[in-house]
Amino acid sequence: MNKTLIGYILSIIALFVAIWLGVSVGSVKVPISTLWDTGADAIATNIVWKIRMPRVVLAGLVGASLAIAGAAFQGLLKNPLADPYTLGVSSGASVGAVATLFFGISVPFLGIYTLPVFSMIGALVTMLLVISFAKLVDRSMKMETIILTGIIFSSFLGSVISLMIALTGEELRQIIGWLLGSVSMRGWSFVQMALPFIIIGTLLLWLNRRELNAMLFGEERAMHLGVNVKKRKMMILIGGSMLTGTAVAVSGTIGFVGLVVPHMTRLLFGSDNRHVLPLSFINGAALLIVCDLVSRTIISPTELPIGVITAFIGAPVFAFIFFRQRKKGGI
Amino acid sequence: MLRVENVSGGYDRKIIVKNVSFEVEKGEMLGILGPNGSGKSTLLKVISGILHMETGNVFIEGKPVKSYSSKELAKKMAVLPQLHSHAFSHSVRDTIALGRYPHQSGLFSSWSNEDEAAVVEAMKLTAMERYEHQMLDLLSGGEQQRVFVAQALAQQAPLLLLDEPTNHLDIAHQKQLLDTIKTQAIEKGITIISVFHDINLASLYCDRLLLMEQGEVKVIGAPHEVVKKDQIERVYKARISTNPHPERPKPQITILPDVNEKRNEMLITAANFQVSADLVIFQAETQLKTWSSAVINAGSGWYKNFVNRRVDASYACDNVQEEMLVYLAHRGFSETDTVGMMTAVKTTDAVIKEYDTPFGSIVIMVTAGVGNAVDVSRAYEVEMLPAIGTINTWIIVNGELSDEAFIQSVITATEAKTKALAFEQVKDPRTGTIATGTSTDSVLIAATQKGTHIPYAGPITEIGKKIGFGVYECTVEAIQVYKKAKGWEL
Repeated sequence: MNKTLIGYILSIIALFVAIWLGVSVGSVKVPISTLWDTGADAIATNIVWKIRMPRVVLAGLVGASLAIAGAAFQGLLKNPLADPYTLGVSSGASVGAVATLFFGISVPFLGIYTLPVFSMIGALVTMLLVISFAKLVDRSMKMETIILTGIIFSSFLGSVISLMIALTGEELRQIIGWLLGSVSMRGWSFVQMALPFIIIGTLLLWLNRRELNAMLFGEERAMHLGVNVKKRKMMILIGGSMLTGTAVAVSGTIGFVGLVVPHMTRLLFGSDNRHVLPLSFINGAALLIVCDLVSRTIISPTELPIGVITAFIGAPVFAFIFFRQRKKGGI
Repeated sequence: MLRVENVSGGYDRKIIVKNVSFEVEKGEMLGILGPNGSGKSTLLKVISGILHMETGNVFIEGKPVKSYSSKELAKKMAVLPQLHSHAFSHSVRDTIALGRYPHQSGLFSSWSNEDEAAVVEAMKLTAMERYEHQMLDLLSGGEQQRVFVAQALAQQAPLLLLDEPTNHLDIAHQKQLLDTIKTQAIEKGITIISVFHDINLASLYCDRLLLMEQGEVKVIGAPHEVVKKDQIERVYKARISTNPHPERPKPQITILPDVNEKRNEMLITAANFQVSADLVIFQAETQLKTWSSAVINAGSGWYKNFVNRRVDASYACDNVQEEMLVYLAHRGFSETDTVGMMTAVKTTDAVIKEYDTPFGSIVIMVTAGVGNAVDVSRAYEVEMLPAIGTINTWIIVNGELSDEAFIQSVITATEAKTKALAFEQVKDPRTGTIATGTSTDSVLIAATQKGTHIPYAGPITEIGKKIGFGVYECTVEAIQVYKKAKGWEL
């Protein structure tokens, strides 16, 4: 049996275990069988279907989106440290979302999709700005240049958000609660809001899995191999921004998922993007479901923001990758 | 196959390549040469579409390059760039398999038997099979280069563009890579355009060369039309000399350094010769440029020690050269620094004389055994001869001889020797006619290559006159000594 197949099997098992834990563990222990047992206790059924399950599904979707977006950004920029959070794209999405809430924007034909759409636009614009600025600074777009540019943009956008929060009145509570990054008490409506964009975004990236492999050897090389670089790059940027924007719109800024998951996936199962993308998707879902579980149980009954847990794991991984790349003398 | 018409282009604000036009036929290998900054790589990038084409057109198989889609173009043209970058670890096989990208289509782009065959063949051609499952970043630079060559070959495009493909490779890998590529051109009719730094490699492997100077085409043509001394010196601004390749009809160049090394200006005189019972030895302070038909180190080269060794008349050995090398090594003469000859006459009978000329002296040494004399015009009558009896002639010149002068010296010396044999009435015993030499005569011309430049050495040049007279005089004397020693009547 080859490594890739093992990768898929292990990842799917991990995802099921995560879902099982996410559904059954909590202040009230609920057996997983409640999901399909029609004769189960009514309270348990309510807890599972109205509270736990939407939460698990949302956490899974957000984790999957951030992880596959991270994997795609890393491939596109040939930069193992790139992820929606480090690039400042999450902050851009936040600005889009906060602005939507702050100005009370509602576009009639978008309906409930107004928030994610504006969040996505924020993400895409930030991504394009970060890349153009980094290219302006250093044509070869070294790893450090991109990350520094990401920090500059995050700080700036962060202060924009703070400013909006300071100026806001009655919306304050809503924005703060959302900013901290959480998947709790969102319900099925958020899943419904996110799902179409996550499907489209994931498809856009998956369609470019082989192009991403080619681009690992540089844009010129990809061009010579027959990749329509301009078009493919745009598809990847739009797909990645869509996923980031949607994730931020439903759960706020959750850092490092896009960094940790693809890195672990590559380490365990190789760096062929045809498999890194789908495996990151599955593992991202599993990781965030578990992180959410930890965040709501570790100091129960208080809930920690989920971003705290991901940063707790993510920052050391970030440091480790950075160290290894510099040691290797890589880009 | 490829037609480039009045192409100008380069970077955003700077046109580097100006008005370049050329055509390449199917199966042809074209080399692009030029000094640093002449626009070789830029031209390649403009053709391959990486850099902006300001004016002009490029046609592949009659269709403008712009009318091809990215994938269609990649099916027609594979490119091997100069620098490779890669992030993340990829296996060798996965990297090579990327070359099949333009051939795959559809949502799931399944891997066909054809794709598999192309990858396997590319690995075989570049000898990468045993690295198949290794990680790219763990390979050496040369091995990585071969992986990318394999990737380009897996693309199976009829046109291959290469940018300095042998950069950073040792000579074995340079040869292997170019042999592989050239074989593809010959066997599969692949058209190749390659930028070269190394003029010799380009000349050796390419059918035609394009020489660039400051973004423009200086000349395009067969290697012998492009690799010309004056042209290369003007374009590259470096002193060179051209010489033929030993195996192929292609010109090669040699760099001529402009470093003033302190070389000993000492002149060669007859006193540099030492004569002992078995040997005539001449040792120079520094190497002399030598042309000879000696036993050891015949042909042309630079040598310091010159040995004329006496062997017994009954000397018989299966491997004369090996025996001679051992003999020389025993006496402290290094194989790479020494020219060795053999004679059956007593070395003490060697005639050594010095002749003054207006430009510097020449020294001549002759040992002559004529027991084996032959009339060359009647030699067809003779079946086989025992190889004893030889005339060895050495001419050492204080001066700088041209290639013509070396060859003319040999002619002049040979004519003088023949005249000496006639004067001495040495006869070919089998025909009874006057002999022209012996069956195993050797000649050696050595020059200090310092001082006066001597372009010619025919009989009526200053040096020719001395060689003619000197060789005649020395040979006559040597024959007389030989006759006396043999007890022949004088």
